[in-house]
Amino acid sequence: MNHEGRRLRAGVLAVVGLGLIAPIAVGLWQTGRAAFGILPALGRNVASLGPWYDLADLPGFATSLRLTLVTGLGSTLLSLVLATGFCAAVHARMNVSAGARMLTPFLAIPHAAMAVGLVFVLAPSGWIARMMAPLAGWDRPPDIATVNDGWGLALTIGLMVKEVPFLLLVILSALSQIPVARHMAAGRALGYGRGIVWIKIIMPQVWPLIRLPVWVVLAYALSVVDMAIILGPSNPPTLAVAVTRWFSDPDPTMILPASAGAILQAVIVGLAVALLMAAEAVGNRLGRWWLRRGGRGLSAEPGLWAASAVVMALMAAGVLAMVSLVVWSLAWRWSFPQLLPESWSLKPWMGAQDGWMRALTNTLVLAGATVGLSLALAIAWLEGEDRARRTRAPWAEALIYLPLLIPQIGFLYGLNVGFLQIGLSGGIWAVVWAQALFVFPYVMIALSDPWRALDPRMIRAAAALGAGPGRRLWAVKLPVLIRPILTAAAIGVAVSVAQYLPTLFMGAGRIATLTTEAVTLSSGSDRRVTGVYATLQAGLPFAVYLAGVMIPAMVHRNRRGLSGANT
Amino acid sequence: MSLDLDALCIRSANGTALFQPLTLHVPAGDVVTVMGPSGVGKSTLLDAIGGHLAHGFRLSGTVRLNGRDVTAQPAETRRIGLMFQDALLFPHLSVGDNLAFGLPPGLRGRAPRREAVEAALAQAGLAGLYERDPATLSGGQRARAALMRTLLAEPAALLLDEPFSKLDAGLRGDMRRFTFDHVISHAVPTLMVTHDPDDAAAAGGPVIALKGPVAP
Repeated sequence: MNHEGRRLRAGVLAVVGLGLIAPIAVGLWQTGRAAFGILPALGRNVASLGPWYDLADLPGFATSLRLTLVTGLGSTLLSLVLATGFCAAVHARMNVSAGARMLTPFLAIPHAAMAVGLVFVLAPSGWIARMMAPLAGWDRPPDIATVNDGWGLALTIGLMVKEVPFLLLVILSALSQIPVARHMAAGRALGYGRGIVWIKIIMPQVWPLIRLPVWVVLAYALSVVDMAIILGPSNPPTLAVAVTRWFSDPDPTMILPASAGAILQAVIVGLAVALLMAAEAVGNRLGRWWLRRGGRGLSAEPGLWAASAVVMALMAAGVLAMVSLVVWSLAWRWSFPQLLPESWSLKPWMGAQDGWMRALTNTLVLAGATVGLSLALAIAWLEGEDRARRTRAPWAEALIYLPLLIPQIGFLYGLNVGFLQIGLSGGIWAVVWAQALFVFPYVMIALSDPWRALDPRMIRAAAALGAGPGRRLWAVKLPVLIRPILTAAAIGVAVSVAQYLPTLFMGAGRIATLTTEAVTLSSGSDRRVTGVYATLQAGLPFAVYLAGVMIPAMVHRNRRGLSGANT
Repeated sequence: MSLDLDALCIRSANGTALFQPLTLHVPAGDVVTVMGPSGVGKSTLLDAIGGHLAHGFRLSGTVRLNGRDVTAQPAETRRIGLMFQDALLFPHLSVGDNLAFGLPPGLRGRAPRREAVEAALAQAGLAGLYERDPATLSGGQRARAALMRTLLAEPAALLLDEPFSKLDAGLRGDMRRFTFDHVISHAVPTLMVTHDPDDAAAAGGPVIALKGPVAP
C-alpha cells in the first residue's frame, strides 16, 4: 500500500472541505432558513411558508419566472444545436488548434463587457442601426426596443454570443479524442450522408464528454445576473436579477421572499439539469430505435450550413461588440447616424482616471490573490494524486464542478450571513474567498488534463535518478507544464475579473471592480466612460492570455519538445 | 553488487496474480533477460522492482540490493536505474543538464560537475552537445544520452524496459553493443524485459520466461 503524500492529500482535502464546500453548505443553509421565515436578526424565529406566499405575490414574479426559463433554456439549447451544427459542417475542413485560438477572445472577455459591447451594437442608436440608417432613411434612432426587450431576445443573443464559442471549444476538444475521420468514412461507405453520420455516430460519442460543461452552461444561463441587468428586460427582470434587487431592498423584511426566490433559483437549475438527464434517457431510447431502422435519411447539409451561418453571425456580432467598446471609449462627438465618431479624444480615459485606476487596482489584487490560491490548491491536489499514484474518484470530480452548478444567488446571501458571524464580511478577503469558489474549479479543470497527459515514465525516470518528490515537482513537472499552468492561470484571471455577484455581496458594495463599475455605469450614464471600464475589463484577461502564451515561448525558446506540444 | 528477487508476486486490485512468483539472482555485470507474452506484466514487474508500482497493485516477496531489503523504500532512495524504449530526456533541460540531473549531489563544485558531464558526453560520442535541445538529437544520440544520464547516477542495479524496440534496425545493433559494454564495465546487475529474442542473445546472460498465473 502507498502512504506517500498522505499528509499532502489530507491537507488538500481539508482546504477543499473547509474552503470550498463548507461555505456553499453554510450559504445554502442560511438562505434556506430565511426562505422558511427564520431570520433572527429581524426577530423572526418561527418557521413558516410565508416568504413563499410573499414571493408569489411580488409584482412581476410570474413574468420573471417565465423570462428566466425562456432565456436560460432557450439560449442553452440553441447554443448547443448551433455549435454542434457548426462542428458537423466545418470540422473536417478546419485547423482545430488555429480555430481554438480564434475562440480565445470570446472566452476571455467577461460577460458584462460583452453585454455592454452588444448594447453599443444592437441598441436603436447602435452600430447596426447606423449601418441601416441610409437605407431606411432614419435620421434619428428608430423607436424599437432592440435591447432590454420584454421577451429577453437581446439577453438570449448575448448569452449565445458567449456560450457558443465555449461549447465549440468543448466539442472540438471532445472530437480530438474520437477518430472522427475514420468513423465518417465508415458511415458514408455504408450509405449515410455526412450530417446523418454526425447525428447517429459522432454525437453519441461526443455527448458523454461534453455533458458536464453543458450543465454548467445551463446553470449559468438560468441564473446570470450581470448580463441580464445590461441586456435583459428591466421591469420585470429575470428571476436572478429580481432576487438580487429584493436582497438589496431598503425594507429588510424583503430578505425573506428574496431568500425564497434564491432557493427557487437553485431548484430551477436542479430541475433543468434533471430535465436534461431525462431528455438524454429518452433520446437514448428513441435514438436507438431510429438507428436500428437503418434509414439513410435525408441530407442534413442545408441545416448544417444554416447553423454555421448563424454561428458566424453571432461571432461577427461579438467582434463588433468588442471593437465598439474601444471605439466608444475614444469617441468624443458621435451623433446618429454617423458610422464612426466625428471627433476622437482621450478625455473619457483622462476624466475617469481616478475611478478606473482604483477599480483596476482592486481587480488586479483580487485576480492575483484568487488565482494564486486556486493554482496552489490545484497543483497540491494533482501532486497529491500523483504521490498516491491514484486516479480521481468520481465524488472528487463532482466536488470540483459543484460551485459551477449551484447558482451564485442561491447561496451568496447566506454565505454573507455566515461571514458576518465570523467577522469577515465587507473586506477584500471575503471577496477573495467568495471569488475563489468559482475560480478554483475552472483552474482545476483546465490543469487536470495536461497534468495527466504528462508521461508518467518521465517522472519515474526522475525518481530512478534519485530525485525525491519535491525535486520531481519543482525541477521536472512544473517547468515542463509551465504552458498549461499559465493557461490555467489566464482562465482563472478571466473568471475572477468577470465575477459580479460575489464582489457585490461580499464587498458590501464597498469594493469597486471593473465589473461592478461597468454594470453600474451601463444603466444610462455616459457611454464613453462605460466604454473605458468595459475596454479595461475585456482587455485585462486578454492581456493575461497573451502573456500566458508569450512567457513559456520565451522561457523555452530553445526547447522544441515544449513548443506548443502540450496545451 | 547484486540484485535479488525473492518470491516476488504482484496481484492486481481484484486479487489475481499477474504471474507466478519470481525468484531471481542477478550478479554484478550480468544481464538477465525476462521474456514473456505481452500483457503478462513485464513492465509492471520492473515498476515493482524500481518502486513505481501504481495504486491498487499488491506486492508480495522481497527485492534485495546487495543483500539489503529495499521493498518498502521509495523509488528515489533505491538507486535502481531505469531505461525505457523512449529516451525520455527532460524536454525543458539541455542535453548536458539532463545528465547533470542524474549526477549525485555528493560531487561538489561547478567545475568538477561540468567536467563529469562533459566526460560522459564524450564517452557517448556526444562531445560538444552540452547546450543542445534534446528534441534536436537523433534517436541514437538520445538513447545514448539517456543511458549516460542513468549511469551517472551510479545505480546499484539497472532495469531496461524494451530498451531498443523503438530504434530502427541499423541503429539497434550499435545501441545494444554500447549499452551492454557500459553495463559490464560498470559492473551493474541488470534486468531487461523484452520480446525480441535478438536482445536476449546480444545480452548474453540467462533468459527467464515470465509465466502467467496457474489456471485454477
